Amino acid sequence: MASKYSKDLLLTMYRKMYLMRRFEERAGQQYGLGKIAGFCHLYIGQEAVAAGVEEAIRPDDYMLSGYRDHAQPLARGSDAGMVMAELFGRTGGYSKGKGGSMHIFDIEHHFYGGYGIVGAQIGLAAGMAFASRYRNEDRITVCYFGDAAANQGIFHETLNMAVKWKLPVLYICENNRYGMGTAIARVAAVPEIHKRGEAYGMRHEAVDGMDVLKMYEAVKDAAAYIRAGNGPVLMEANTYRFRGHSMADPATYRTKQEVEDERKNDPIPRLKDYAIAQKLAKAEEFDAIEEEVKQQVDAAVKFADESPEPSLDELWKDTIVEEGEEDVRPRERVLGVKVTNWPKYPSGQELKVTWDLEPREQAEKADKAAGLKR
Amino acid sequence: MAELMYREALNQALAEEMERDANVFLIGEEVGRYQGAFKVSQGLLDRFGSARIIDAPISELGFTGLGVGAAMVGLRPVVEMMTWNFAILAMDQIVNNAAKLRHMSGGQLRCPIVFRGPGGAGGRLSSQHSQALESTYAHFPGLKVVAPATPADAKGLLKSAIRDENPVIMIEGERLYALKGEVPEGEHIVPIGKADVKREGKDVSLITWSRMYYFCEEAAKQLEAEGISVEILDLRTLRPLDEEAILATVRKTNRAVVVEEGWPLAGVGAQVVDIIQSKGFDDLDAPVVRVTGLDVNMSYAANLENAIQPDAPKIVAAVKKVLYREGA
Ligand SMILES: Cc1ncc(C[n+]2csc(CCOP(=O)(O)OP(=O)(O)O)c2C)c(N)n1
Repeated sequence: MASKYSKDLLLTMYRKMYLMRRFEERAGQQYGLGKIAGFCHLYIGQEAVAAGVEEAIRPDDYMLSGYRDHAQPLARGSDAGMVMAELFGRTGGYSKGKGGSMHIFDIEHHFYGGYGIVGAQIGLAAGMAFASRYRNEDRITVCYFGDAAANQGIFHETLNMAVKWKLPVLYICENNRYGMGTAIARVAAVPEIHKRGEAYGMRHEAVDGMDVLKMYEAVKDAAAYIRAGNGPVLMEANTYRFRGHSMADPATYRTKQEVEDERKNDPIPRLKDYAIAQKLAKAEEFDAIEEEVKQQVDAAVKFADESPEPSLDELWKDTIVEEGEEDVRPRERVLGVKVTNWPKYPSGQELKVTWDLEPREQAEKADKAAGLKR
Repeated sequence: MAELMYREALNQALAEEMERDANVFLIGEEVGRYQGAFKVSQGLLDRFGSARIIDAPISELGFTGLGVGAAMVGLRPVVEMMTWNFAILAMDQIVNNAAKLRHMSGGQLRCPIVFRGPGGAGGRLSSQHSQALESTYAHFPGLKVVAPATPADAKGLLKSAIRDENPVIMIEGERLYALKGEVPEGEHIVPIGKADVKREGKDVSLITWSRMYYFCEEAAKQLEAEGISVEILDLRTLRPLDEEAILATVRKTNRAVVVEEGWPLAGVGAQVVDIIQSKGFDDLDAPVVRVTGLDVNMSYAANLENAIQPDAPKIVAAVKKVLYREGA
């Protein structure tokens, strides 16, 4: 049977996964050289999730993540050199080196940040989705978080509101089975995170997060459901990180055997093998992509290395918005690229809020039933 | 000019700003059908509908995070805290996200949000419902903090806060909501960052904000009867502090008493004293004295509750101390 996927889709997803992998390997290496400091959480092993998601949603859908946040923006189209420069703490970084590894922001590509407090972005995502509904936009918000984040209060508080108010948000729990050194099964009453959606009457599902095509299919379906106004979805992508929690973690809490077994599931060769078996692409075409990506990442490291440290007067900028101050557009600032798709929101007068959180008739009916007068 | 209650002035500011800008919405517990726990949002649900006056579940952390996310993409949320005591549950979203988004994003993001609600002690509510928390928020770069004393300032500052491009903490006086005062109609704006000389005097400056202003007035009247001329500077904004106004009043009177409802350690008043001694030392004729709440948790017992809070007699005594008068 012929594959139902186009060659273009498969190669695009492959390129993205390979870029994420290669970038993270180089980031790890640069950490070892002392060029990157602080915490540095690599995404290696989880690439199928971000690549599958990205091809299944629209580029202008909003996205947020936790602190394991270098790779998802790359899948969105962020500049690899600028992400690397951010990791180096240099002017050329997306946040001028002020955010570092855990706080990548690329608003031009609708990537609204990495957050260092476990679970904090779950609430923000609901607010962004709320804004989309408020303005009658059909964009959705995709929010990544880890399995451990699902034990935070904000997860529960937010799911409750998201369902009640039908917010257009897709929560993707990247379940890599560990929160730092703690296996999720040791600390979670229900380690299958998606099942928690049940308690909130929320559509939920588990997906093989090591298979980019399964991710792609599941997200396409969920995104359509959300865009149609049905409310949020909780998706659990079962995945695995091949490296430690962060660069500082030798990951002695799991066995060699476990990691070796999981590595057999590596999503990158898996996609390549599939495409070749389906005769959708030839090995040489993958070789060419890999070569291009290698050069892209080499250039990114070079760019970061040559980018200067921020000047000390930067200390006093970017804390409070001063009167009339414009927002910084990183690619314009760093690469001189004219950014045309910077988000613009309708001003108060143009904006008509037509949507009802609690439709009046319903409220009145409920009152009547309860014998209340409004 | 109309006489309005403090809560009515806030209501008017909210209504006017919501009328002006459809991006403004209000979210909080009981703000809609209940018409507000302290009736600040009275009538707004009927006027603006349930998408703009949102009854939130009791999830301070959750709905605060929702508000911050909405602000990140251009809405202008007003998040009502039933009281600031409960906002402690939402600290992470206010402090770790709202205050830091612009910095962490290198100037890409802004977060135009107002967190508002009643603060302050009293009312026989014991420790968990009775505390002045403004110094907690004034501590963080990235936030602005305002605490109006009068209905007019409450209206003007709330309008400024809603139009501000930054997260603004507005601590209202829980015990001031029913207080009446003249409030200008329509476009009445009080700029954030500007203190106000509420009473002119020449012998001593009382520097204060919010409810403590009224104790200062009471003390000033008593002192005035004894021939002591008191100036009262109402800071109104606690971050950023109006250093110019603080130094100007000390230049004029050469003596200062700082009156604060909250605890002494790391209080806003401590910062005011630091500003005076480091930049206005030559203008001082006496060490600055602070009047603060006692360094204990609030009690339920009526006599203990009174003893813990500043009041006019304590302020009078402090003034006499900086004037080297009897009894000090
Ligand atoms: C509120 C909070 N508590 C603890 C930490 C320290 N910490 C950072 S990452 C982490 C584990 C989180 O694991 P998970 O959410 O599963 O994400 P993963 O790292 O697996 O992607 C912990 C405990 C933190 N950053 N924030």
